[in-house]
Amino acid sequence: MSTHTLSVLVENKPGVLAHVAGMFSRRAFNISSLAVGPTEDERVSRMTIVVDGASTPVEQVAKQLDKLVRVLKVVELDDHAAVERELALIKVRIDPALRGELLEVATVFHTKVVDMSPETIILEATSSPGKLDSLLANLERYGTCELVRTGRIAMSRGSATITDPGLVVTGAPTPVAAAV
Amino acid sequence: MQLTGAQALVRSLEQQGVDVVFGLPGGAILPAYDPLRSSSLRHVLVRHEQGAGHAAEGYAWATGRTGVCIATSGPGATNLVTALADAYMDSVPVVAITGQVPSAMIGSDAFQEADITGITLPVTKHNELVTDAERIPAAIAEAFHVASTGRPGPVLVDIPKDVLQSPMTWRDWPPAMELPGYRVPGAPDPERIREAARLLRQARRPVLYVGGGVIKSGGHAELLALAELARAPVTTTLMARGAFPDTHPLALGMPGMHGCYTAVAALQEADLLVALGARFDDRVTGRLADFAPRATVVHADIDPAEIGKNRHADVPIVGDVRATLAGLAESLAAVIGADGPPDTGGWLRCIDDWKRRFPLRYTQEAGGPLKPQHVVERLSALTRGDAVVVAGVGQHQMHAAQHFSFTRPRSWINSGGLGTMGFAVPAAMGAQVGRPGETVVAIDGDGCFQMTAQELATCAIEHLPIKVLIFNNGFLGMVRQWQELFYEERYSEVELGTAIPDYVKLAEAYGCLGLRCERADDVDAVLEKALATTDVPTVVDFRVHDREGVFPMVPAGRPNNEITLGPEFSAEEQRAATLREMRAQEVPAR
Repeated sequence: MSTHTLSVLVENKPGVLAHVAGMFSRRAFNISSLAVGPTEDERVSRMTIVVDGASTPVEQVAKQLDKLVRVLKVVELDDHAAVERELALIKVRIDPALRGELLEVATVFHTKVVDMSPETIILEATSSPGKLDSLLANLERYGTCELVRTGRIAMSRGSATITDPGLVVTGAPTPVAAAV
Repeated sequence: MQLTGAQALVRSLEQQGVDVVFGLPGGAILPAYDPLRSSSLRHVLVRHEQGAGHAAEGYAWATGRTGVCIATSGPGATNLVTALADAYMDSVPVVAITGQVPSAMIGSDAFQEADITGITLPVTKHNELVTDAERIPAAIAEAFHVASTGRPGPVLVDIPKDVLQSPMTWRDWPPAMELPGYRVPGAPDPERIREAARLLRQARRPVLYVGGGVIKSGGHAELLALAELARAPVTTTLMARGAFPDTHPLALGMPGMHGCYTAVAALQEADLLVALGARFDDRVTGRLADFAPRATVVHADIDPAEIGKNRHADVPIVGDVRATLAGLAESLAAVIGADGPPDTGGWLRCIDDWKRRFPLRYTQEAGGPLKPQHVVERLSALTRGDAVVVAGVGQHQMHAAQHFSFTRPRSWINSGGLGTMGFAVPAAMGAQVGRPGETVVAIDGDGCFQMTAQELATCAIEHLPIKVLIFNNGFLGMVRQWQELFYEERYSEVELGTAIPDYVKLAEAYGCLGLRCERADDVDAVLEKALATTDVPTVVDFRVHDREGVFPMVPAGRPNNEITLGPEFSAEEQRAATLREMRAQEVPAR
């Protein structure tokens, strides 16, 4: 699956998430993952949207997102030049005899044990998407009984920031006549 | 100055330059109707909110200004949804203002509560629930700005009743707008324009494929200049009828599913398509993969998302289409100055030959059943094209678009993208409000007419002398045609009957002049009577032939090369048309 990561700055106003999500469903685009949260500017929220390039025309997605009035900026992140992370909480049901082995796996993947009961352990993992998939594959044989993931968040490497005017905005018109 | 939110709303509309609003009051919007009484705004009281929405659209189509409609919460607001969806599809600038239940009751399933901003998210360019009376002026100013700039579209402003009743402080107009995420594309890229001009100079088989954007941008004069300079034929889509005079030798007529053969064939054989404010709609392209297979595509549009959406653009040009047209003409003139005029003579001869051999054809037999095409042609002749023609959706719409000779922009209004039956009567009402003193003619089907006929009452009371020509064939005609062609004549639930209602009596009951016409010989006299009636609306019940189909036709989802000329052409002619004996290929591509 060729995934594309879009960083989307939106106005922090009611209904914006519905507008973005509604645009995806109306145009039959698929969202692989979506994460939303506040930014350094309280008036602005940032969405990280992952789409599958094979099933979804990424350039159209970016253009349609950019058309939404409450969307401030759309940037497609190059996965080689961006830090991508996802947080997962994983509850594993574990035979006490195998607990040591499991903790070893947890250590290898730099996960933290954040809860423990006689039958279960909750692991907290923060990692790149690929590494997380690999961890989950490793845990499969122990019997993962509950999983929650935040969805991917991402940021470009280096000194450039998303609010820099120089960053290439996918499909957006040149903002010559900015209307404010 | 201290005002209520409602007073601020009305004052904002006045300051915005609005002269007329179409609406119908109810509980939640009541506060706004009080200051409306003493305002300079004309309020047209409709009989159904859908009528208000379509009237606002008709007004906008006819004038180029933003149409305004007002409704109350819940069902009032949901009745606007069809019109908003229609305006969204056809890029019509409309501002809808709806009342909402009081803020404290939102979410409680209160009486007449509906989440109208949620409901209209996918069918508006923008919408907002206003939660603070202080924001009303800015919300209104933003709504008009967003609706009317860039690619136009509908904007809905939902205002809870308590916000309308709250005190607010009126400050200077215009208020500061807060639209940090809204950008209108700037001037088109001159380098792209030069590239397109070079292509136009070199093309041997060019076609200018003109969409509604040319009318919206006011670029018809620039289009005419460019077409003549480029010696390129012009096809005007259903949204663009009137953008280029049908009487001009370079006019191809309408393209698409029911387009003129010549327009369809020219697009298929073109070596260069210059798409101007058009969106490669499925009704134009037929099966997309087979559309204009040999053409290089220049695509100019103000909406960057349209470019490359359906068809790859070799030369994309984002920006105002009028500015693009002017730039193209200027650049082309410079290229011609250096290299001489484009060589399209062979192509134009080929096109003239197609026009001569495969015109729009129908037969009106003396004493035979009345043909709808005949009525359209007589209307076109009697008005000399000097009328605003409004249509609903179906066979009557296609016959009107095909057979009326349009010579001016904003003389054709219809529901193009959404295909909304019932559009014509209320849209004609709005057009007549916007263009008082002009002849506004709604060509309607009997099925369409019955969906919104109640607005005849509004027209009669408001002294709006629209002329409604009902092409009464007693059927949902276009559906009947599809059942005839694609379901082996198994007609299912398409017969309405011609007798009920009695349209003449219905017209009279609504205070209109009611006329009936059953014979071709009477058409001129009846039309003249209708056109001369300017004190009341007129409704004419034209009893037209119920078997008449719309041709040519490209079946839905099929390649445009599979165009059917229809029963007026011989098998030999059809074969020649399909093979294009006068192969355009003989005109070498550049």
